[in-house]
Amino acid sequence: MSRLGTLLARETALAWGRGGGPLVSVGFYAGVATLLPLAIGPEPARLAAIAPGAAWVALALASLLSLDRLFERDFEDGALDHLALSPVPLELTCAVKCLGQWLATGAPLALAAPIAAIGLGAKLDMTPLILACALIGGLAFAFTGGIGAALSLGARRGGLLTAVIVLPLFVPPVIFGGGALAAFAGGLPWPGGFILLAAYAAAAVALGPLAMAAACRNALS
Amino acid sequence: MLPAPAFLTNPERFMAFSRWAAPMFGAIAVALAVVGLYLGWTAPEDYQQGATVRILFIHIPAAWMSEFVYACMAVASLLALVFRHVLADAAAQAAAPLGAGFTVLALATGSLWGRPMWGTYWVWDARLTSVLALLLIYVAYMALRASIDDETKGARAAAILALVGAVNLPIIHYSVTWWNTLHQGPSVFRAGGSALAPVFYWPAILLALAYMSAFGSLWLVRIRGEIWRRRAEAAALRAARA
Repeated sequence: MSRLGTLLARETALAWGRGGGPLVSVGFYAGVATLLPLAIGPEPARLAAIAPGAAWVALALASLLSLDRLFERDFEDGALDHLALSPVPLELTCAVKCLGQWLATGAPLALAAPIAAIGLGAKLDMTPLILACALIGGLAFAFTGGIGAALSLGARRGGLLTAVIVLPLFVPPVIFGGGALAAFAGGLPWPGGFILLAAYAAAAVALGPLAMAAACRNALS
Repeated sequence: MLPAPAFLTNPERFMAFSRWAAPMFGAIAVALAVVGLYLGWTAPEDYQQGATVRILFIHIPAAWMSEFVYACMAVASLLALVFRHVLADAAAQAAAPLGAGFTVLALATGSLWGRPMWGTYWVWDARLTSVLALLLIYVAYMALRASIDDETKGARAAAILALVGAVNLPIIHYSVTWWNTLHQGPSVFRAGGSALAPVFYWPAILLALAYMSAFGSLWLVRIRGEIWRRRAEAAALRAARA
């Protein structure tokens, strides 16, 4: 257990300190949220209609940003070889890496999400649901994103490739989270989408590390 | 199913088999397509859709094939991962561009059909969106394969992605259905018999079989080409060492 604790502390510290850490993701998120009204027009009625969805999709994009360094740095300097040799199964190591990624970027982004949504014109009473969706969705984004990051190890233009691999996998969580938010905004029953989002996140947490470990072993072999 | 792949796992036997099987499937495809297209052309116009109903004969088989080819690719990837068999890997690699082609065909014909029927080239409907996601996964597979220089590693990474995609495709399909549906449900194969009249049913089935044969033929040709390429590379390597 202490091994995993040390690993989690290391991964979180690396993700936090790595090239600006959460500041870059949150800054990118704020930038996208700023560009949206500039492109769509400042009328409050139109903006309010798209606010939760826009904040949600910007969150998905922002969580892509730091993925390319998730495995890449450890792969380049040889730390990944050591992690693969350690008594901790590589699957668990990958899961801890994604968890660290989520703590360092997903959670700060989740705190920024309600602010962006309200800035775009979402109602104040949506704050708890936006925060919950962003926290749980961020978990799904981190664990599916980790698959893309691990698969593109050793590839040319790894960062762009990660995005191409991961974006189709983001379809279900974006739909479920966006559906829950839209239903809530429209006064409809929203738990359905929220529960499906949580289910997708749980499946990603459970199955994603298997694919990540297989991809890492392949890259290291 | 099992004996055939087991028989073909020997590359020599595969080359001998595919040498005559590829042209044979091609000839079958042409024959079926000629009959199917003729029947489709002479089929009466639909009382609501007019002549545009004929798009069905090109569209439905392409949509089926887009998923069928992915299934072939996923099975080949699994075999390549488990048994590290070069033929299975070549088969997965060869299937990807063909599957992407069928997917583009399904999307393009569907879009052209949508304009007169729904009044728009594209709607963000569940089926359309899930087929688009399928195309994105094909693209990701080919991009991943192309951008890893080490061929063996690229092949295994792509195989893992094919399996991840296979797990995700039903979820994507389900999620977009839950999200929004305009496209009609299954019409040809469904409980209680086909919703299509026989004049529309048979051309569609014939063309589906034609597509299937064409895929079989092109697949074998592409696997053969891939094997020749690998043999040529091995020979060049030997020549360089000598």
